[in-house]
Amino acid sequence: MKSKISAVFKKCKEEKRPALITYTVAGDNSKNNSLKILNSISKHADICELGFVHNCPIADGSQIQNSSYRALRNGINLVDTFDIVKKFKKNSPEKPLILMGYYNLIYQMGENLFLKNCKNSKVDGLIIVDLPWPENKKFAKKCKKKSISFIQLLSPTTTKNRVKKIINDSHDMIYYISMLSTTGGKLKVSPKKILQNYNKIKRVNPNKNLVIGFGITDKTINSLKSANGVVVGSMLCKSITYSLKMGQNPVTKLDKVVYNLKNKIL
Amino acid sequence: MKIKKGVPLIDQHDKNFMYGGKFGGNFIPETLKKPIDDLTKLFSKLRNNKNFLKERDFYFKNYVGAPTPFIKLENLTNHLGGAQIYAKVVSEANGGAHKIYNATVHCLIAKKAGKKFIVGDTGAGYAGKMLSMAARKFGLKCKIFMGAKDIKRQRPNVEAMKKNGAKIVPVTTGSQTLVDAVSECMRYWVSNCDTTHMCVGSTVGPNIFIKICAWSTAQISRELILQVKEEFGKIPKKLKLINCVGGGSSAMGFWNEFMNTDAEFIGVEAGGPAKSKLHAAPLTNNSKIGILHGAAQYVVQDKEGQIGSTESISAGLDYPGISPLHCFLKDTKRAKYTSASDEAALKAYQLVSKLENISPSLEPSHAFAEAIRIAPKLNNSEILIVDSCGDSLKDKDIIIRKLGSYSR
Repeated sequence: MKSKISAVFKKCKEEKRPALITYTVAGDNSKNNSLKILNSISKHADICELGFVHNCPIADGSQIQNSSYRALRNGINLVDTFDIVKKFKKNSPEKPLILMGYYNLIYQMGENLFLKNCKNSKVDGLIIVDLPWPENKKFAKKCKKKSISFIQLLSPTTTKNRVKKIINDSHDMIYYISMLSTTGGKLKVSPKKILQNYNKIKRVNPNKNLVIGFGITDKTINSLKSANGVVVGSMLCKSITYSLKMGQNPVTKLDKVVYNLKNKIL
Repeated sequence: MKIKKGVPLIDQHDKNFMYGGKFGGNFIPETLKKPIDDLTKLFSKLRNNKNFLKERDFYFKNYVGAPTPFIKLENLTNHLGGAQIYAKVVSEANGGAHKIYNATVHCLIAKKAGKKFIVGDTGAGYAGKMLSMAARKFGLKCKIFMGAKDIKRQRPNVEAMKKNGAKIVPVTTGSQTLVDAVSECMRYWVSNCDTTHMCVGSTVGPNIFIKICAWSTAQISRELILQVKEEFGKIPKKLKLINCVGGGSSAMGFWNEFMNTDAEFIGVEAGGPAKSKLHAAPLTNNSKIGILHGAAQYVVQDKEGQIGSTESISAGLDYPGISPLHCFLKDTKRAKYTSASDEAALKAYQLVSKLENISPSLEPSHAFAEAIRIAPKLNNSEILIVDSCGDSLKDKDIIIRKLGSYSR
């Protein structure tokens, strides 16, 4: 059976557009609201990434850190996170959901129990920021056994030889980090240059679904639309922060933001 | 789990850079894989290069000031009765603490790597002060990441960094102490690894930083083992080497050359205020293994894996994790670990600086507290050597607040 993630990419290819992938943080700005946000933005997004929070996030910029600390202050934990996923998937069973976070939380729960919880709540994929290849080989295999996609990351610093090996071990989706940056940095490389690197990787295996993330906003998303997918995260976290500051409802705010993002790539 | 003889401790890891199969490794974002790989290759070349070793020794001798003194603390010994107490006065090194070794080596490596910028983290401010000093000496532009709380409590070192021309970046996330400074420094490196060299201030972080730091501070025990042999004619049978441990860089350096001797190693962690449940002593309090700053180690954390809050009067020890090397030494039972409270450290500072002509900072005061505790129970054939790895000047404000006055 084809995975839901693969099915989405197939559909987007037919529609000649990239998949829109969103990232929001579980528990931001509250447990209920983060579920409501998922339910609402998934009308426009093709794949939803949901961050499970760690308080020492070494690869995240200030926007996602703000969201993470907000969620932690709300008492978010893994049990709640899986609960949010479960409720979301009940509502939208066909919409792929990817959990994204840091390895220590998995390590403390135990890889097997963590994956069991993923399976029970119908998680479709995992991105583990600080578990690079080849250290992730064993865990990635466990994921595959459970039909959960382990999403490998590639960056501008990944050597050619390494790119080949990582792609070889990849599942339904690969994530290309647009530039040397933490999440949410200002796009310091031109979209043209990003796409050049992107296409180089793409040529290694054109059949793999390769998405671009880091630093993408409503200003830049259009110029990257030839990719298989584009990820927007920090801009959404920033929008939540902004809506709270202005006394707006973050759920309706995010709905609008993601709707606009989608229109830019149609 | 066993320590191998004849192999440097820093090299006793498996192909995934894990010590004892459990500690260390490289849990890092993909972007850092290549820069860390490049640095690993460069360092393994340099440490076997005669010219580089010559250069290192030249700067250790003429810039850091080697060897630092090894002295008997006659008054303290007589005052306590029991074991004979000595100190390795590493605080006499240029800049006032052991952090100068790691900083100097990192600057030399940065030059070889052709990098013009260097960044580092700091807690007590010594790692930052030394890096800024060495960066100026070697013509590198320097940025230091320091927790906003630490900037307030370690003012003299902050002033020194500024004087050395370093840019200090206050870190206002999380606890605003060392743990967040290290995170923020790593984030900066993720974004700038093409132009910038990173120095991790202790034997923590991805494996290569543990290696470089322990290899650098090993100078302390290279000097000490000669000084001990000269003083006693041989290495004494009953010898205890006592060192404070936060990240663990000075202790690794203090113990390294004694690894295959009978010397006992005692590491003293920060126990925090006596009345507080918070501490920075993961080994003493049996914290569980977790991943922090790219490495598996015993770390103060909650059940779920969120890094826990710590508390210590000593900014340099106020860190929830501990070097994977110390985890390895603990589990192989090569070293013993205990903790001293804020109060015990302050008392030890007071006693040592009153009786002796040295003035240890609050970090080594934790080690002195343990020496003071056990010395009276031991007989005079026992030798205790304490690594007085930092000078108290940076703690002036805290000492005045807690004890009423400060004099040097």
